[in-house]
Amino acid sequence: MKFLQQLRLGFRSLLLHKLRSALAVLGILIGVTAVIWLVAMGEGVSYQAQQQIKDLGATSIIVRSIKPAEESSRSDSNARMGISYGLLREDFERIVTNVPTIGRAVPMREISREVRHREQFIDGMVIACTPDYFGMNRLKIARGRAISEIDMTSYANVVVLAHEAAVKLFPIEDPLGRAVQIGQEFYVIIGVAAERSAAAAIGGSLDARQYDRDVYIPLTTFRVRIGDRVFTSRAGSFQLETVELTQITAVVDDMKEVDSTADIIRVLLQRYHKVVDYAIVVPKELLEQAETMRAMFNVLLLLIAGISLLVGGIGIMNIMLATVTERTREIGIRRALGATKGEIVQQFLWETVVLSGTGGLLGVLFGFLCGPTVNGVRFGVRASLPEVWAALPPNIRNLEPRLAPWSIIAAFAISVGVGIVFGIYPARRAANMDPIEALRHE
Amino acid sequence: MPPKQALTPSAGPPPRDVVAAIRSVSKVYSLGGHEVKALDNVSIEFRQGDYVAIMGSSGSGKSTLLNVLGCLDRPTTGQYYLAGQDVAVMDDETLSRIRGRYLGFIFQSYNLIQQLSVVENIEVPLSYQRPPMPGGRERCLKLAELVGLSKRLGHRPTELSGGQQQRVAIARALVNNPHVILADEPTGNLDTATSHEIMDLLDALNKAGRTIVMVTHENDIAERARRIVRLRDGRIESVSEVRREALPVAGLTSSVSPG
Ligand SMILES: Nc1ncnc2c1ncn2[C@@H]1O[C@H](COP(=O)(O)OP(=O)(O)O)[C@@H](O)[C@H]1O
Ligand SMILES: [Mg+2]
Repeated sequence: MKFLQQLRLGFRSLLLHKLRSALAVLGILIGVTAVIWLVAMGEGVSYQAQQQIKDLGATSIIVRSIKPAEESSRSDSNARMGISYGLLREDFERIVTNVPTIGRAVPMREISREVRHREQFIDGMVIACTPDYFGMNRLKIARGRAISEIDMTSYANVVVLAHEAAVKLFPIEDPLGRAVQIGQEFYVIIGVAAERSAAAAIGGSLDARQYDRDVYIPLTTFRVRIGDRVFTSRAGSFQLETVELTQITAVVDDMKEVDSTADIIRVLLQRYHKVVDYAIVVPKELLEQAETMRAMFNVLLLLIAGISLLVGGIGIMNIMLATVTERTREIGIRRALGATKGEIVQQFLWETVVLSGTGGLLGVLFGFLCGPTVNGVRFGVRASLPEVWAALPPNIRNLEPRLAPWSIIAAFAISVGVGIVFGIYPARRAANMDPIEALRHE
Repeated sequence: MPPKQALTPSAGPPPRDVVAAIRSVSKVYSLGGHEVKALDNVSIEFRQGDYVAIMGSSGSGKSTLLNVLGCLDRPTTGQYYLAGQDVAVMDDETLSRIRGRYLGFIFQSYNLIQQLSVVENIEVPLSYQRPPMPGGRERCLKLAELVGLSKRLGHRPTELSGGQQQRVAIARALVNNPHVILADEPTGNLDTATSHEIMDLLDALNKAGRTIVMVTHENDIAERARRIVRLRDGRIESVSEVRREALPVAGLTSSVSPG
């Protein structure tokens, strides 16, 4: 009751100067909205990163072939032979037989090739793998089937298409049972994978791994139909490269053994590779790094938010000082009629809290608009500036802001706190006026 | 000279029917090295139902005396007994409570709070009562009726004439059922006709038993009181009784009488 009265009185007094009060509210509103939006964006980005890393598997260790600097590639290389580097089938065997903590391991060879069906074609990514690859990468088969052991042993010309690849190559017809052309060979489509979003970057690239142009064929088939030695075009010049495996993914049974297993693999590879033509990526470490980044990012955001709320608070203090001066007479009257200093302090503190609290509430309201606003902007950019849209990194294109409940509570609490802190000085100034002087004030 | 009974400079708390008494009060201001004695050894008592006008030339100490009586200022030396307690030595918070509890103020420039309506202005002293006074809003409505403003309850001060504003102020001065009403030139901003209306109201309140102390420099206003205290250079120059016939007053309910 008393509380509501104070609140009402605060509103009333603030309505005496609508524009001025509105500006003070705006200052806090912007601060609070900024906090909520920034945190939501940050959380969205880090959530995305974490999901992508988790997609790689927290218990997995990924070893990728890396092309070493030109001079240091493997000994027998010359201009005609091209270069030879990366993981070997022997490496895979050695890892599987010598590292007991590994539960499963999957070898994979990857190459960029045009994939064609009649006049439809895509710049596809041919993934040559074993049946385990699908399970390990949580690739679901939407229709048809995955690659089987029989396909492997029979060197079958079969292919599983990623969802988007299937849609592009077969806009109308059913792809199952039909064939696509990769190089000179035709491959029968045995399955179509379910849709999935991009995974985290691995192997040092900053781009997230996109699955949408993947086509999967048996590793054995790759070896006989395409082979280890392939021409690649890089920056316009063709080059002959010999690579046996692009990637080996090993999964340990116990998360605790990830780090030690990675170390063993490192030692093992070091022994057989003169140059470091591979990289070991441990998603669990990435996850930990991402966590640290997120914490740092949040601290930074809070700093920015703090500064903007500080500015808002200074605005409020400024306005309250003006108010107190203007209402000197009222203060004198209230003192004469029995108000103690404490009651005057309370009255003016209520006013600042009403100001900052209103700003805080409106800020939270605008904070909730973060998601719709981002979606609106996204839609607008995609519709009106398609080139700009295409040029955006997928992390930005797919950004979903995530409202953090703690940021909403914190922003509102801080705004009210700012009101109190910055209201105390003006309120005390009001309370410490001499009532006689205040009554004489014009 | 009037009888000495009004000036009783005896020690200790005053008798029960004396609602306010100042004893040997001096108020000294030091201005740039030299001292100004705004009040110089003033002693005066106000009994229940008293009606006193304080007069004197400008700078004679009228406002200072009223400020001391109103607990807005503390005397430099001397005692001030209000409701049986010496308030001259009390701290700021206690003085605030005493003002809210025992005193009613009427000012020359009405001093209403602009953002509040008539009835809310009347209510202001109630919000500073500790413990809270029961039946507050009802009391405000009754007082608004008493001062003839029951049809203007929701109006803002700026929508009222000077006389109406002063009526609101009078109602406000009554709402806490004060021991003493202090009025500093209550008609100073009003024309003659309105002044007399306001004075009729104060007369009626006094008739109903209210103790009123007012500062004025107009003789015809001062004559409304029962006693006139004249100040000169911070001292009481004279205290005189006013003889006049009692006029019957209508329209007063007993609810406004003290007690
Ligand atoms: N706050 C003050 N500081 C210094 N001198 C003051 C103050 N208030 C009043 N005085 C002095 O005290 C004397 C009495 O003032 P006051 O009580 O206001 O007289 P009145 O109200 O009768 O005109 C005057 O000389 C005035 O200058
Ligand atoms: Mg004066």
